[in-house]
Amino acid sequence: MRITCPICGERDRREFYYSGHAMALDRPTEDAGSDAWDDYLHNRDNTCGEMQDLWYHEMGCGAWVVVTRNTATHEVIATKLAEEAAS
Amino acid sequence: MRLEGQGLLDRSRRIGFSYDGRRYLGFSGDTLASALLANDIKVVGRSFKYHRPRGVFSAGSEEPNALVTLGHGPGQEPNARATMVELAEGLEAYSQNCWPNVDFDVMSVNDLFAPFLGAGFYYKTFMWPKAFWERIYEPVIRRAAGLGALSPEAARQKYDKAYTFCDLLVVGAGPAGLMAALSAAEAGADVILAEEDTRVGGRLNAEREEVEDQSGSAWVQKIFKRLCEMPNVRAMTRTAVVGAYDQGTYGALERMAPEVAARSGAPKATFWRIVARRSILAAGALERPIAFQNNDRPGIMMAGALRAYVNRWRVCPGQRVAVFANSDAGHRTVADLQAAGVHVAALIDVRPEAECTLGIPFYPGAQVSNTEGRRALEAITIKQDGDVEKIQADCLAMSGGWNPSLHLSCHMGGRPVWDERIVAFVPADGTIPGMTVAGAAKGVFSTAGCLQSGVEAAQAVLDDLGIKRAKVSLPKAEDGSYEITPLWSVPGKGRAWLDFQNDVTVKDVTQAATENFRSVEHMKRYTTQGMAPDQGKNSNIAALAVLADSTGQGIPETGTTTYRPPFIPVPIAALGAGGQGKGFAPERFTTSHDRTIALGAPMIEAGLWYRPSYFPQVGETHWRQSCDREVRMVRDAVGVCDVSTLGKIDVQGPDAGAFLDFVYTGMMSTLKEGRVKYGLMLREDGHVMDDGTCARLGPDHFLVTTTTAAAGQVMRHLDFVQQAFCAKMAVRFVSVSEQWAQFAVAGPKSRTLLEDMLGQKLDDTTWPFMACGHVSIGDVPARLFRISFSGELAYELAVPARYGAALFDALLSRAEALEGGPYGMEALNVMRIEKGFITHAEIHGRVTALDIGMQGMMSRKKDFIGKTMAARPGLVDEAREQMVGLKPIGTVKQLISGAHLFNPDAEAQSENDQGYITSVGFSPELGHMIGLGFLKNGRARLGEQVRMVEHLNGISTLCEVVDPVQFDAKGGRMRG
Repeated sequence: MRITCPICGERDRREFYYSGHAMALDRPTEDAGSDAWDDYLHNRDNTCGEMQDLWYHEMGCGAWVVVTRNTATHEVIATKLAEEAAS
Repeated sequence: MRLEGQGLLDRSRRIGFSYDGRRYLGFSGDTLASALLANDIKVVGRSFKYHRPRGVFSAGSEEPNALVTLGHGPGQEPNARATMVELAEGLEAYSQNCWPNVDFDVMSVNDLFAPFLGAGFYYKTFMWPKAFWERIYEPVIRRAAGLGALSPEAARQKYDKAYTFCDLLVVGAGPAGLMAALSAAEAGADVILAEEDTRVGGRLNAEREEVEDQSGSAWVQKIFKRLCEMPNVRAMTRTAVVGAYDQGTYGALERMAPEVAARSGAPKATFWRIVARRSILAAGALERPIAFQNNDRPGIMMAGALRAYVNRWRVCPGQRVAVFANSDAGHRTVADLQAAGVHVAALIDVRPEAECTLGIPFYPGAQVSNTEGRRALEAITIKQDGDVEKIQADCLAMSGGWNPSLHLSCHMGGRPVWDERIVAFVPADGTIPGMTVAGAAKGVFSTAGCLQSGVEAAQAVLDDLGIKRAKVSLPKAEDGSYEITPLWSVPGKGRAWLDFQNDVTVKDVTQAATENFRSVEHMKRYTTQGMAPDQGKNSNIAALAVLADSTGQGIPETGTTTYRPPFIPVPIAALGAGGQGKGFAPERFTTSHDRTIALGAPMIEAGLWYRPSYFPQVGETHWRQSCDREVRMVRDAVGVCDVSTLGKIDVQGPDAGAFLDFVYTGMMSTLKEGRVKYGLMLREDGHVMDDGTCARLGPDHFLVTTTTAAAGQVMRHLDFVQQAFCAKMAVRFVSVSEQWAQFAVAGPKSRTLLEDMLGQKLDDTTWPFMACGHVSIGDVPARLFRISFSGELAYELAVPARYGAALFDALLSRAEALEGGPYGMEALNVMRIEKGFITHAEIHGRVTALDIGMQGMMSRKKDFIGKTMAARPGLVDEAREQMVGLKPIGTVKQLISGAHLFNPDAEAQSENDQGYITSVGFSPELGHMIGLGFLKNGRARLGEQVRMVEHLNGISTLCEVVDPVQFDAKGGRMRG
C-alpha cells in the first residue's frame, strides 16, 4: 500500500503509523459533556467504503496526514496535512 | 531418453548431480526434471495421501508430482519443484514423502485403503472419542501428513529483500510480454520485465514455430539482446511475480542462478517489492489435464510439457508415446514427436470430426478410459464408439485445453469471467488498478495474436502515462485457431485424479456435492482440492467443472475459489530476510557502552537500548552483592550512571510554554528560566501516559525528557497535539535523544566532584534543587540539571554525544578518587523504589494521576490533554487501587512483582483480590525487601496488613502497607 505524504510524496505504508478515524481532530471543548467526549474517544463507525483516517509519517517528516480512502478497495482518494484539516 | 539435436542445451558442458545418492549426468541448460527424464528415472515422488508412484507431469512451476528435497542438513530445501530447479554441478536431490525409498514405499498400503480415505475422511473418522484427538489422532496424522521436511537446525543460507520502482512491470516474457516490454521500452518508459523461467521466451522455447522467418527461440534471443542493451529496461529472469497489492505494489521472488548463489555472502533468493505505475500481465496459460481412470501413472504428462521436453531439452520420457487431446494440441504434439524421431503409438482425439494426416493410428471421437502399469505406464485403454482397445504405451501426453494464468488479476478480490469461446475463465477488466492483461493470460492463444496483444497493451499503457508511442513492427508468426471440445473427465468407475498433489479424485468431488458441499469454496475445503503447494493450478477448473456437473449448475454460476497470493510458494526466510537475530531488533548503544563492557557489566535490554545491570568487582559472586554495594556507594559517596537513553525533546518558540501547558497536567509556562519541573502527561482518556522533567533553558527554550520506553510514543503524541490542536502556535520541537549524552552524578560527594570538574560553585544558592543551566567542561559546552532519581544530592550533566565517552571516563576517575564509581540499573531501581519514584512498571497504562498520588499536579487553571476524561466518576473513585509501599513483616521475607494482594484471612482467589505488586527490590539501607504496588483504597490503609500470594511458586508473604516513600521521607538528602 502506498500513501502520498503531502510533504514527502508517495511513500510505502510501512513508513506510517496508523491511528484510526480522523474525527480525532475534532476535540470537544472541556465542557462539551460526557456524551460528546464518549463519542470522541470511543465510538467509531465500522465504515465499508470511503472514510478518513489519520496516518503519522513516523519514518519520514513527522507529519500527521488525513487520508481519504476506501476501506473496501483500499483506494487512496486524497491526502492532506492534519494541520490544514484541523484549522 | 535423450534425443539427438541441439534444443536449448549446451552439450559442451556436462553437469554431474545426484538423486537419492546416485550420480547422474546432465547438460548445462537442463532442469532437474529434464535431467531425471534423460536418465530414464520415471518415479520421482509419491502422492500425498495414497503414496502412489508419480512421475514428472509438467515443465513449469505448476508441477504437482516431482517435488524433491534439495541438499541435506540445516539448509535442506523441501518441496522444490524439479521442473524449476536448474541443474548445477554437485546438486543433491532426494525424493520425499516415501520410506524406505521412492520405488518401494511402505505407506503405499494407503492405496489399498483408498475406499475408506475419501473426501471428508478426517472429519468423519476422528470425531470420537473426543479425548483421543490431542493424544492420539493429531500426532499420528501430523506424522503421516506433509511432504518434505525442513531440518530442525537453523538454516545458514542467506535470503535478501529489495525494493524497486518502474513505469511498467511486465509479468511474463513470452511473445506477448516481450513485445509489450519492447514497445514500452522503445518509447522510453522505464520497464521491468520479470520472467519466472531461467530464459525469456515462454512457449516459443518449447514449440517448433517460426517468428519472422527464424525459429521462435532465435527470434526471442534477438529481441532479448535488444532489450538488454537498453538502459531503461531491467530484464529479471528467474523472477516470479507472486502477488499484486495496493497502489501498484507487486511482490516478486527472484531465485539466484546457482553460480551466483554459490558466491560467498550471496543470497539464495531475493524477495522484491516492485512499485510500478502500470503493469502488464502476460503470464501465459496453463494446460489442463483430463480426468480418467488411473491418469496419474508415471509416464503420463501434459502434452505441452512433453513438447517442451522434446523441443527444448531434447528428452523424451518414453519410446512408444500416445497422445490424448480435445484440441489441435494433440496433432501438434504428434508432429513434434515425429520430427524428433519418436515412435507415436496413437493419437486419441476427443473431437469426432477431427481429421489426421500424420500417418499414425488415429482415434477420432475417442477417449482414454484407463491405464495400466505398476511403477510406470505400460498400456492404455481407448474407448471409441463403444469399442474398447488396449494398446502398449510407456508415455501418454494429454491436453484438456488451456487456462489463462489470470491469478494475479484476482489478487485484489476480482473474479474472472467465463469465456465459452475458449471454454475457460479469462480476467475481468480493471480488477487491479493499473494492470492490463495481454496474450494467453487474456485468452489469446495464437502466437501472432499474442505478439499483437503485447504491443496493444503497451500502447494503451503509454497513452495512459502520457508517453509518446514509438513505432514497433509486428513480426510475422503462427496464427492458428483454437478449436476445443470440452472434456473434463472420462466417465468410468475407478479413481480419476483431478488434484494430483492432494490426491483428490472425481469421486471425491461428486461425493462432496452429494453430501451438500455444493459451494465451490465448501467443496475445496471438504476435499482439500487446490490446497496443496500448487494451489490448484492443475486442478481447479476441472474440479469445479465436475462440481458444476454434479450440482446441475453451469460453470460460470459455480464460479471459482478465491485466488490469493503467492502465485508460487515463497520461503518465509525470503519474506523475512534481514529480520533474523539482530536484524529483528537492532542494538542501540550509549556513548559509555564500550567502557561499560570493558568493566565487565552484564547488559540488559531497555527497548533497543542496552544498559548495564551492575558493575561487578573482584570477589563479588552474586549480582546482589554488586547491587547492594552500588546502592551504599551512592548513598555514602558518589555514583555515576549513564541516563542518555531517556528521551529528550527540544521545544522552542514563543508559544512553547503554552504548548507544554496543554500537554502536561502541570503549568510549565510559568516555570522560571534556569529551573526544572517534574511533569506528568496524560492520554486523552485520562490515564497517565508518561512522566519526566521539563527544563527551561531560555525564555523560548524548553527541554523535555521522557522515559526510555515511551520516547517514541511521546514524540508521536506531541506531533499530533501540535498539528491537530495547536497548529497556529509558534512552536517547534525535535528529538535530541541521540545528540546529547547525559550522566547522573549522585551522592553526597557529587557536588565536590562536579565543582572540581567544572571549576564553579554548585551550592544550594547558585544551583538549588531543580535548577538547570549552561556550564562548560573546558571548552565543551554542557548542561547541568540538579535533579535526582536516587533521592540523593544529585546532578545530571549533559554534553554533545561526541564527548560522551570521554566524559564518562573522566567522571569515573573522579568518582573513584572519592570512593565512588559507576552504578547500574539494579542499584538505580532499588534506590527509586526506596524513594517511591515511579517507572512504567507503575504507570502501565491503567493508572490515573490520582492512583499514583499525583492528583495535586492536575492544574485547574487551564485545559490539558486528558483533563476532562480524568474527571470521570470511575477514575476518581477513592476505592480504586492506589499506589502504596509494602514491607514484609512475617517469617517469609520475599516480595515478588506481579504477585497479588489479599486481606490476611481471605482466600487467595480472584474475587478477593485487593491489588498487586509492581516493583520490588532489596534495600540494603532498610535491611529487607521493599515493594511498590497498587491496593484498593490503599492510601487510607497505611499500617494495615495484607498478604502477598504468588501462585506460580506458591509463595505467601505477610506485608505491612506503608507509604511509597520508605527512605528519607522528608527528602533532606535530595534537596539539601
